Amino acid sequence: MASTEQTNSEVGHDGGHASGVFPPFDPSTFGSQLLWLAIIFGALYVLMSKIGLPQVEGILSARKAAHEGDLAEAARLRAETEAAIAAFDKALADAHAHAEEIGASTRDKLNAEIMAKRKAFDAEISANLDAEEHTIAEAKAKAMKNVGEIAAESTISIIQHLTGAAPSAAEASAAVAHVANA
Amino acid sequence: MAAEGEGAIDPIHQFVIEPVFHFGGLTVTNSAAFMIAILVVASLVMIVGTSQKALVPSRIQSLGELAYEFVANTVRGSAGHEGMRFFPLVFSLFMFVLIANLIGLIPYTFSVTSHIIVTFALAALVILTVIIYGFYKNGLHFLNLFVPSGVSPILLPLLVMIEVISFISRPISLSVRLFANMLAGHITLNVFGGFVAMLLATGTWAVILSPLPFAMAVALSALELLVAFLQAYVFAILTCVYLNDAIHPGH
Repeated sequence: MASTEQTNSEVGHDGGHASGVFPPFDPSTFGSQLLWLAIIFGALYVLMSKIGLPQVEGILSARKAAHEGDLAEAARLRAETEAAIAAFDKALADAHAHAEEIGASTRDKLNAEIMAKRKAFDAEISANLDAEEHTIAEAKAKAMKNVGEIAAESTISIIQHLTGAAPSAAEASAAVAHVANA
Repeated sequence: MAAEGEGAIDPIHQFVIEPVFHFGGLTVTNSAAFMIAILVVASLVMIVGTSQKALVPSRIQSLGELAYEFVANTVRGSAGHEGMRFFPLVFSLFMFVLIANLIGLIPYTFSVTSHIIVTFALAALVILTVIIYGFYKNGLHFLNLFVPSGVSPILLPLLVMIEVISFISRPISLSVRLFANMLAGHITLNVFGGFVAMLLATGTWAVILSPLPFAMAVALSALELLVAFLQAYVFAILTCVYLNDAIHPGH
């Protein structure tokens, strides 16, 4: 209780309260505290509910909307990107297919051309070959004929040399033909 | 504060209410002045600080948003979506108590919430809101609050009595908890601070002991900071719980 008495004197001195009770339990201050509390808390409630809280709520909902807008935009862009990638892949596959088609048709065409040219060439070669063979045969026949004449002339000159009498050309040719045929 | 006395520790002096100045016919006491300070701080954070409505908040704006979301989550969590109609009330209570407690931690200031009449008035406001809204919304069904369901008829009168007593004690526990926490914290801080001053004033070898109560005062200041926030939170969440009873009185 000593401290309480000390407090009493302090309170009386400083606060002008002669009541001398523990300050929080001093009923003489209750009225003014309640009045001020009512004014201040009422003002706080009005300021918060009418201005402060709607303002913050506006900020938060605006931010949420912005967030959701950004996310939707990102999703949209992503879908666009995926569509672009798919279109690119399709174009690439089409181009591959087209290129193969072109390659195959070109190859077929070239093969056909080569075959045609080869046939023509073969035909030309065999025609040439026939002609050459014919020429050779002619030349050979001519040469063989010449050989007979040369042999007949040689026979005439040999016999003339040996006997001094020249046989007739017809006799020599017959003799040569006779020998050649034997 | 003890240092200014006659060397004796006077931890009660800080709770004295005295007139500071006169404004017209009104006498502004230290309590009233600090209530005005609370209003100013709350308005600075919640109205001025958020007035730019920036998408990327400034520090003070994010403080306001933090307070808003914290209290809004508390109300939604304990009183459901319907409880959001009391959000401005709970928010005002939370901000008032929190700022009062925090301002009171600054040396040589005054704690509005260290006076039982203030905390009791706030608690009475909560309980009156619960009773009036409870009867307004549920009519006499609100009285079901006092009748636990699924109890044998023999035990019922006893349980109803217990429920009634617990309901009546709510405003008392709500106000005394806050008041006592603030009062005790401030007295303790003051006493340890006074010890430092007394030890230093002895001028003898006892001076070397003065860091001990000083360290204690530092640690207690940190604790009081926690208590200041915690008591505001407890006040707000209990308000939500009681309001939930008014919204959904069935057990």
